[in-house]
Amino acid sequence: MAKSIKHQNHSYLELLNEEILFLILDHLSINDHLALKSFSLTCKSFHSIESHHRRFVKLLRPEFIPCILRRYPFLSHLDLSLCPRVTDFQLQTASFLGSSLLSLKLTSCKFVTGLGVSDLVSKCPNLVELDLSNATELSDSAAAAIAGAKNLERLLMVRCKRVSDMGIGCIAVGCQNLKRISLKWCLRVTDLGVGLLALKCKDLHSLDLSYVPITEKSLEPILQLPYLEDLVLVGCLGIDDDGLASLNKGRTLLKTLDLSNCQNISHTGLANLTRGAGCLKEIILAYGSTVTLDVARCLQKFSMLQCLKLDGCQVTCSSLKMIGNWSGSLKELSLSKCRGVTDEGIASVVKKHTQLRKLDITCCRKITSVSIDCITSSCTALTSLKMEACSHISKGAFVLIGQRCRVLEELDVTDNDVDDEGLKSISRCSRISCLKLGICLDITDEGLIQIGLHCSKLKEIDLYRAIRISDGGIASIAEGCPALELINIAYCDQVTDASLISLSKCSRLKALEARGCSSFTSEGVAAIAAGCGQLSFLDIKKCFNIDNSGMIPLARYSLNLKQINLSYCSVTDTGLLALASRSPLQNITMLHLAGLSPNGLAAALLACRGLKKVKLHESFKAQLPQSLLDHMESRGCVFHWRDKAFQPQVDTDPSQWNLQTGSRQP
Amino acid sequence: MLNNLSFVEQKVHQLQELVQMIVGRRAQVSGNQDELVQQQQQLITADLTSIIVQLISAAGSLLPSMKHNLSAATPSGLQLNRALFPSVTNAGIGMMTQNNEGPVQQAVGDVTKPVEQSNHMDVMANCATEMNCNMEEDHELKDDDDGKEEEHLPPGSYEILQLEKEEILAPHTHFCTICGKGFKRDANLRMHMRGHGDEYKTPAALAKPNKESSSEKVLLKRYSCPFVGCKRNKEHKKFQPLKTILCVKNHYKRTHCDKSYTCSRCHTKKFSVIADLKTHEKHCGRDKWLCSCGTTFSRKDKLFGHIALFQGHTPAIPSEEHKGTSGVSNPVEDSNATTNTDVNMGFSFGSNDVIGNSSQNIIDLKGNVDDPFFSLLNYEYTLGGLQDFPQTSFDDSPSSFSFLISEEKDGLMSGSNEVD
Repeated sequence: MAKSIKHQNHSYLELLNEEILFLILDHLSINDHLALKSFSLTCKSFHSIESHHRRFVKLLRPEFIPCILRRYPFLSHLDLSLCPRVTDFQLQTASFLGSSLLSLKLTSCKFVTGLGVSDLVSKCPNLVELDLSNATELSDSAAAAIAGAKNLERLLMVRCKRVSDMGIGCIAVGCQNLKRISLKWCLRVTDLGVGLLALKCKDLHSLDLSYVPITEKSLEPILQLPYLEDLVLVGCLGIDDDGLASLNKGRTLLKTLDLSNCQNISHTGLANLTRGAGCLKEIILAYGSTVTLDVARCLQKFSMLQCLKLDGCQVTCSSLKMIGNWSGSLKELSLSKCRGVTDEGIASVVKKHTQLRKLDITCCRKITSVSIDCITSSCTALTSLKMEACSHISKGAFVLIGQRCRVLEELDVTDNDVDDEGLKSISRCSRISCLKLGICLDITDEGLIQIGLHCSKLKEIDLYRAIRISDGGIASIAEGCPALELINIAYCDQVTDASLISLSKCSRLKALEARGCSSFTSEGVAAIAAGCGQLSFLDIKKCFNIDNSGMIPLARYSLNLKQINLSYCSVTDTGLLALASRSPLQNITMLHLAGLSPNGLAAALLACRGLKKVKLHESFKAQLPQSLLDHMESRGCVFHWRDKAFQPQVDTDPSQWNLQTGSRQP
Repeated sequence: MLNNLSFVEQKVHQLQELVQMIVGRRAQVSGNQDELVQQQQQLITADLTSIIVQLISAAGSLLPSMKHNLSAATPSGLQLNRALFPSVTNAGIGMMTQNNEGPVQQAVGDVTKPVEQSNHMDVMANCATEMNCNMEEDHELKDDDDGKEEEHLPPGSYEILQLEKEEILAPHTHFCTICGKGFKRDANLRMHMRGHGDEYKTPAALAKPNKESSSEKVLLKRYSCPFVGCKRNKEHKKFQPLKTILCVKNHYKRTHCDKSYTCSRCHTKKFSVIADLKTHEKHCGRDKWLCSCGTTFSRKDKLFGHIALFQGHTPAIPSEEHKGTSGVSNPVEDSNATTNTDVNMGFSFGSNDVIGNSSQNIIDLKGNVDDPFFSLLNYEYTLGGLQDFPQTSFDDSPSSFSFLISEEKDGLMSGSNEVD
């Protein structure tokens, strides 16, 4: 697209005013951020247009802040989440953006102190959003400095473990316009800080207090917040039924309530907590106490309830039946990993809630095809069905899914008995964009070809260990699904370079996981590198035949490659150095790279400037000079040392896989 | 005690002068008109009576446990007597002062003797209630006069007693009738009395005086503060009585007296009640919860309650230096802090901080930025800078400041080089 503009006559472009040019640029930047780069490289006037247009920038290294500021004077969103070593001084240079800066991400910064923050806050009075998540070293004095940002509306402080009530108190008093705050994992914050926050920041809409050691004392002011809509109390073990019994609350506008991992709250506590909340739309009770009839009865009175998530709970059949008797209509129900879910329960639920859009019955191991029959016949509007590891469902049930749920967009049938007939039926769901077929040992190219023929909107397909798949199926997917962004063909042993060559037509491909495909060679990688310019994630672990000649095209063409796993490949120092010196890699895993020498590794590490995380075998720790490691760490790179035994073979025998838990994470 | 005695002494001297004047006048009388002499004599008598009244009240304050109604009644009775027999007064008062100093009780004049005895009776009767107060003392020290637990007695349902200032401030409330030694507690007095003879060693004499015998005629007793205008004074519109004598004492000392006890740890907090000082010293130097208005709290929840109540107040974060030296901190630093807070400056060590931290940044930057190639030297310099930082920034002597400033300049230069 950029190239086409390049060839236009300049005089025409000069007729366009800035607004129109900016609109064009807006369109350009939607799919391909490199397009803007090539646009700005065209000529001086394009360069200046682009630099005046840009509002958002994400930096790889904090040293570039001054140059960035000179080039992009109108930046309003600055993302420094990849610069964990940004210092106060660099932050001070960033604060020269002044009042145009609206949003700043300082995720996991370790060296920013109150001084840098206070300087920033005083120079950028219009700061509305600040993300300080994982800034574990952030102290109370820095929190006090944040309090100077009077216009701050969104503040994320996940895992700011050193910030205590004092800091939160300062923020509560200073930032009274706060609408959203997350204090998740702020372990030193207690009732006092949270109570004050609720007392002073009356505009709060969203409050995340997950894992904060609060008790019901701070819930009282929280529930009196007039605009609070979203309350997350995941893992607040200090809140229990006894405390909630004495809670005195008014009416709230609460729409979302997340009580995951709150084992101490049973139906009585829940009833007390939600007494005034008439407009609740979403309740999450995942990993909590048993969902009994009482809980279901207690939830019954929320006529506007649309979303209920009970993941990981013990569910009784009677409670499911009660849910089936509710007057309201659920749109989203999640029962993943629930024990006690039976065909009977599912049937009573889906018969009432026919408007269900999303249903998650992952790992409900008791249900059979009867449930699927009920689900598909009542809930024809389903857009998302997740049923990983429902092992008692027979092949025929998947045919029903395809026949009845035509608007499905997301289907997860990982570790099920789906076969080609099922796939053929599923291929009728033409809107499907995410299809997970991992460990479906019965599917072959035949079924996959049907998917490729009919599901043109497919963005994501998971064929992990679908061992009967071969090049034909992949070729069909590559041909029929131009929007494909993610494909997982790990351990599909029959797949060869031909698949990679056909996949190289998917120009939007961002992630390719091809672990253990031992037939892949550098030729295939080269094709992918040349065709898929967007590729940012590549896993070629145990692709033993890939060597240096695959790395060179990767280095040359994959300008977006951020993460790569090269373990067990035949890549040597040369290949690694080539890769490291060109691509903007952030994350490398290289265990058991036979051809790698300590010197080559050191050179590669030094050459790769944007590196954030490196996973290496423990033996290298002693071989690399300590000063190098320190230097890398000072550049913001983290080392993970692994001591895994060398496994020379790819295990293709399903009986060896050890997948009994059924909760495999691809 | 000494104060009161010297006051009595002074008044006696004034009295002597007056008497001498009267004697002198009588000698001159022959030359002057009778009316004038009479007027002057009236004036002198008025002076005389007023001095005597003061004297007696001062003497009375040496027996502070004496109840007000009695003490109020006695001076007026005495005053009458003295007015009637002005010439006797000198001797009478002299004896009375002696009575307070030494064991000459027998010599006390006929007029004063019964009064004294009634006073002592009263002291004994009071002991029971006094002991009672002492028992409660520990629990109620702070709260009893702050009106936290207000009782709402109808105005006529209790008797209002008002002690005089001197009575309140007297250190002792129990006095030995033989040697005049003062005691704070009745029990201590009884122990002391054993030394004066075997008659005081009987179980009856040593027993705790019975409360019931005297409290037959119970009308609730409530106390008024002698300070006019105070809410605890009976003249105040919204008068709130004090419950016990101890309450009166603590209230009067806290509210209307100088704070003469200074904390030996922080040298800033002052108290007028010694028990308050002791309570404070227990907590002084521990974690202090500080508000931006300068108020300190010993408990975090109290601070947050305060902040919740007042608009614009924020928790004040003690600057980083303090974290290292927490516990019993440097008195000089502490006094610095409080002078700041006293004038409502907020709590900040601004300047110190700025220089220290910016120097860190710059040193850090030097190490970090200009490393186009891996350089061990550079790297070590970074670490050095980081390690040096804490000591230099914490030390706020002028020399270290200048060092930091020079560092800063260097850093800025290298920084700007890098930018260009």
